[in-house]
Amino acid sequence: MPETVTREAIQTRVYDALEEFGAEKGDLAPEATFEALDVDSLDLVELGQIVQEEYGVELKGEDMPKLKTVGDAVDMIAERAGV
Amino acid sequence: MEKRIVITGIGAVTPLGAGAQTLHARWCGGDSGIADGFARCDDFTPEDHLPRKLARRSDRFTQLALAAGAEALEQAGWDVDAPPYDADRVGCIVGTGIGGIGTLLEGYDVLNEYGAQKVSPLAIPLMMSNAAAAALAMRHNLRGVSYAPTSACAAGAHSIGAAARAIAAGDCDAVVTGGSEAAHVSIAHAAFGQMDALSDSGISRPFDARRDGFVMGEGAGILVLEDADMAEARGAQILGEILGYGASSDAHHLTAPHGEGEGAARAIRLALKDAGLEPEDIAYVNAHGTSTPLNDAAETKAIKAALGDHAANVPISSVKSVIGHLLGAAGAVEAVATVLALHERVAPPTVGWEQRDAELDLDYVPDGPRELNIPNGRAIALSNSFGFGGHNAVLCIGASA
Repeated sequence: MPETVTREAIQTRVYDALEEFGAEKGDLAPEATFEALDVDSLDLVELGQIVQEEYGVELKGEDMPKLKTVGDAVDMIAERAGV
Repeated sequence: MEKRIVITGIGAVTPLGAGAQTLHARWCGGDSGIADGFARCDDFTPEDHLPRKLARRSDRFTQLALAAGAEALEQAGWDVDAPPYDADRVGCIVGTGIGGIGTLLEGYDVLNEYGAQKVSPLAIPLMMSNAAAAALAMRHNLRGVSYAPTSACAAGAHSIGAAARAIAAGDCDAVVTGGSEAAHVSIAHAAFGQMDALSDSGISRPFDARRDGFVMGEGAGILVLEDADMAEARGAQILGEILGYGASSDAHHLTAPHGEGEGAARAIRLALKDAGLEPEDIAYVNAHGTSTPLNDAAETKAIKAALGDHAANVPISSVKSVIGHLLGAAGAVEAVATVLALHERVAPPTVGWEQRDAELDLDYVPDGPRELNIPNGRAIALSNSFGFGGHNAVLCIGASA
């Protein structure tokens, strides 16, 4: 894990990923729901692959239903990354 | 057909560019989309045609189908997300030869290099052969019967035939149908090459004595078929009509057509019978014409066997002379090309045909487009498609009455 991981860095990485998945940049915010962003379970699996690679953090299938907003995901990743 | 089935929208993306009219105009102008032995849709940029998310969620074969579908629906005057009929009674049948082989291979490379954990969860839903049918159904809210016929190079024609049958049987009021293919990957090039199916010269010259195999292409063709009474009731512009459909199997060889074209001839006869027509009613044949030695010889025999003396009078041409072989999209793109040929009352040419093969003695329209001779007042054509596995599908298409 890189030494300089911060919550802001995680949020930026999550935003970049969601934008890559097709979400509009201007719609990205902690309170934005995945439903409103048209981000579905397949996207979240891809997000899980990215954060596994970047931060060594695992997001499992059973975690997905708990993630309603972008902030939920950033919180879970940050917590598991020990940030 | 037990009902009249009309064509109200057509769309195509081919190596000659995006757009059905582009295909027709450039084919008639003798332009070729073949370069260095392959025919690619080089100018096709998915983001120009599709929302970013949809483009990312689609293999190239699906992207091509979505672009062709958008063109066809717009021409039919349909809203993007609401067909003009009960959506539950609007089908979506879109075939392919191979499906998302590019996605499959990318996933396989990732698996081998990085392990299972890195394989994309999108790999299966993008590669599956029904992905294009699913994507069109979702994008346009088509809630009736939907699936993907896979019958190699006959898939596009089988799809249109099945779509027409679904309307004729009363299952659907309309069906969005066609075929798509994007198989320019090294394994396909190598494997077709090892079969001696691909042209060594890199030139597609159907029915010419020098023909030495097909040139691989890519692209998609989509048509909107509607129950004629309902289309007329809503004031739709009618582009043409599916008059008949015939399908058969050679039950002969995995790749080679029956030497006498027996199965192909049977499919032509079935299409004519379905349309209630005689050989003399046919003003044009849009041939399968792959430029392989075997197909073009067997197809010529089949046309002669099915049309009898009239075979010598009918102009026969192959669009594969300018776009190569679009495999599972071929039958659909060729149906689109046939609709426009009938509409313009012209037989487009078999571009590059120069040397007669002694056994291939029909009229392959070598010298540029030619006005159709239409004895009974209505321009009617056959569009032939034959696939590896011995699958034969023939459509009988009429100009708008």
